[in-house]
Amino acid sequence: MTALVIAEHDNSSIKGATLNTITAAAQCGGEVHVLVAGTDAGGAAAAAAQIAGVAKVLHADAAHLNHGLAENLAAQVVAVASSYSHILFPATASGKNIAPRVAALMDMAQLSDVTKVISPDTFERPIYAGNAIAHVQSGDATKVLTVRTTGFDPAAASGGSAAVETVAAVADSGLSAFVGSEIAKSDRPELTAAKIIVSGGRALGSNDKFMEVLTPLADKLGAALGASRAAVDAGYAPNDWQVGQTGKIVAPNLYIACGISGAIQHLAGMKDSKVIVAINKDPEAPIFSVADYALEADLFVAVPELIKAL
Amino acid sequence: MKVLVAVKRVVDYNVKVRVKSDGTGVDIANVKMSMNPFDEIAVEEAVRLKEKGVVTEVIAVSCGVTQCQETLRTAMAIGADRAILVETDVELQPLAVAKLLKALVDKEQPGMVIVGKQAIDDDCNQTGQMLAALAHLPQATFASKVEVVDGFASVTREVDGGLETVKVKLPAVITTDLRLNEPRYVTLPNIMKAKKKQLDVFKPADLGVDVTPRIKTLSVTEPPKRSAGIKVPDVATLVDKLKNVSKVI
Repeated sequence: MTALVIAEHDNSSIKGATLNTITAAAQCGGEVHVLVAGTDAGGAAAAAAQIAGVAKVLHADAAHLNHGLAENLAAQVVAVASSYSHILFPATASGKNIAPRVAALMDMAQLSDVTKVISPDTFERPIYAGNAIAHVQSGDATKVLTVRTTGFDPAAASGGSAAVETVAAVADSGLSAFVGSEIAKSDRPELTAAKIIVSGGRALGSNDKFMEVLTPLADKLGAALGASRAAVDAGYAPNDWQVGQTGKIVAPNLYIACGISGAIQHLAGMKDSKVIVAINKDPEAPIFSVADYALEADLFVAVPELIKAL
Repeated sequence: MKVLVAVKRVVDYNVKVRVKSDGTGVDIANVKMSMNPFDEIAVEEAVRLKEKGVVTEVIAVSCGVTQCQETLRTAMAIGADRAILVETDVELQPLAVAKLLKALVDKEQPGMVIVGKQAIDDDCNQTGQMLAALAHLPQATFASKVEVVDGFASVTREVDGGLETVKVKLPAVITTDLRLNEPRYVTLPNIMKAKKKQLDVFKPADLGVDVTPRIKTLSVTEPPKRSAGIKVPDVATLVDKLKNVSKVI
């Protein structure tokens, strides 16, 4: 029984979510191998070999394996998949894009957002925006999973010394092409990996206010910035800041919700945070029902005060 | 060009589901059911493409129980031209739905399939990608913008950290993200018109598809409850608690 983890990487280094996925893979009971498929991705493959608990790294390299195009990447995974009992992806935008394609090509079911490995064929996953937890058992020969990173600790990025084996790259499908991307450059920690998150809701009132009020607090705490769907829909914050059922799932040590009422879809994305602080002037706001510390106050007064007090 | 859109009947977005006391699932008896919100966005996008003259016919498909006909009528009230129900009482999992849709893609030969990225009941986020795999089509998931030019679709996708644009050869499968469009309200005249539109019903066996579930749900339980904490009177107390009690800053 061996599990294969599909690494998320930028060709030179491994992205954090891969480390949590490796922990989940190890819990499936066998050896853990990692596939690094990319373009000039030797650096990423070498980094994968250093990760504690990894027994072997498969490295496939080709120009058309860049940018994680689903058609080529899924074909690459299937090409090496036959001997594995489990194939795991982080439940990131990329993992969610590719895992179902791999599963269907192999005529296997897929399990999304696994939060716990109960046994090699039984897993825990949330349904209905986390309002119910299902224990599910797969009878398929290969279990294809996406792993919710907040459910597993990251494996140590060093201490391993796996062999790197080069595997043949699949041919370009020719079905799709990468055109470009607009990835926001930021010195802040990544939302899903941040230890502290400062998050804002519709009460901020405008994009200017959102940035003006929350940015200094995030700067002071070294925090990532998040937002509720209402704030994103209103254009106060970029789309990829959305925390919730259909956005990012986060579990930082500290989550500070400013002017967020706390719809169930938002709570689904942050209720596993270690400590939750809610600042809201509505005493009835549902966010207070999950907050460790509830401050009933006008955020435009309380947040600047908080910055001063820190 | 024809477009196929798949719509799922799910527990309404605003309903807080309750887990059944025997742990077999969630209680959906007498609960309001609606079209999955992402699928509504899919129908809207298809109808807009038709209004722009890019698309000639919009076919809505749903797989599931008889009552999915209501969901299909809603899709036709938004503007779909006709509908297909693949009717079964069996619990349908994404792989089975993808196989049913693949059979319909073979039959209807659409130039594009648009589906919601995720259903808000099982939160799987799989069906579109699986259909693309089975039909050997390219996929553009989590779309926030779709443009069709010369046999290709240029799709802006919501990815971690920002946006990405891919160009896919048509036919292709597109899955919708929240901000692709804002679905229109259906009007009474359109609801009346939708009642007269064509709705064909098939069984999975008619399409030669085995829909037997692959994943067994052993139990469904309530998530651990997070209890409410304390009210803090002012910012100073809050900072004190964070520093000295929780020790998170």
